[in-house]
Amino acid sequence: MVFLKLFIVFSKIGIFNFGGGYAMLSLIQNEVVYKNHWLTVSEFTDIVAVSQSTPGPIGINCATYAGYTAVINEGYPEWAAMLGAVLASLSIMWLPFILMICISKVMLKYCRTKTVGYIFSTLRPAIVGLLIAAALMLMTVENFGSPKDSTFVFVVSVTLFLLSFLGTRMFKIHPILMILLCGLAGLIIY
Amino acid sequence: MGIYSELFVTFSKIGAFTLGGGYAMVPVMEKEIVDNKKWLTKEEFMDILVIAQSTPGLFAIDMASHIGYKFRGVAGGITAAMGVAGPSIVAILLIAMFFRTFKDNVYVEKFFMGVRPCVVALILSPCFSMAKSAKLNRFNCWIPVVCALLICAFGVSPVWCILAAAVGGYLYGLTQRRKS
Repeated sequence: MVFLKLFIVFSKIGIFNFGGGYAMLSLIQNEVVYKNHWLTVSEFTDIVAVSQSTPGPIGINCATYAGYTAVINEGYPEWAAMLGAVLASLSIMWLPFILMICISKVMLKYCRTKTVGYIFSTLRPAIVGLLIAAALMLMTVENFGSPKDSTFVFVVSVTLFLLSFLGTRMFKIHPILMILLCGLAGLIIY
Repeated sequence: MGIYSELFVTFSKIGAFTLGGGYAMVPVMEKEIVDNKKWLTKEEFMDILVIAQSTPGLFAIDMASHIGYKFRGVAGGITAAMGVAGPSIVAILLIAMFFRTFKDNVYVEKFFMGVRPCVVALILSPCFSMAKSAKLNRFNCWIPVVCALLICAFGVSPVWCILAAAVGGYLYGLTQRRKS
């Protein structure tokens, strides 16, 4: 039952997401791409690009898109897919919301305590690891092409990767502009 | 305008006009909620920011539901969260439908062939600033390396890495305290 699965998976992603945004990508990728095969690596990468260029939190964007695609791939009609998209988006939100209401008063007292400080002193480095993993796991044949099949595609991809990295880090080019530039480059070169 | 519809509209505006999500929303929210609407004081807003950072969940949604909750209880929280999430759910649904139709279009495919390597770079790029704010040094730099290895090479779920890191930090805190 794809709807129940969407609910469980996205509830899980919601509750284990610390640090927001990109930090949750490896969680989503693990569940949506590798465990449940709702999306291919390329589709997942495309969603990240789309999320980056559309308003709203990236986690919601991924949930909406994955929910829609998962239901469509199971052979359900369009309206069911829209339902799946909304279901996935709400699933990611509800647990943290309840948790927040329950602990919000207590949390303020403990947020600045040493124990929480220690927990985050190891949690934050771990999240950096999650982010590195997310990036590494997207360095696949689907996204970069393979030097065996087409050296040209591979070289172009690696060049675009390096240019994007330098462009956003050194020259502070806005991510959305960078995405558009690379897309245009793709249109012209290929 | 009723207070709930005002809450909803305010947050859907924030949701609809902040690209990149998460932290990009903080200054916009502060301006709207604290300066313009005066629903919360600056101190209350800062407290919520701290809590949202240390509780799980999507940062922007956490912020919104928290602000709404503080202002008008559970119903307020739900209204604000829906407001922030609404525009992006609608936008992505439209894009998903568009994509299904144009997925095999040659030009769309070419465009995304160029975009994909860029996305990987965009994900890798904040690692460095995050490493800085996570205060990585030679004593804890093994943590991200081990996490990335476990996830990539051994297929371990990131959930276990998060749990292990949290428990590890707690235990580390205990030993540090016993020493002092």
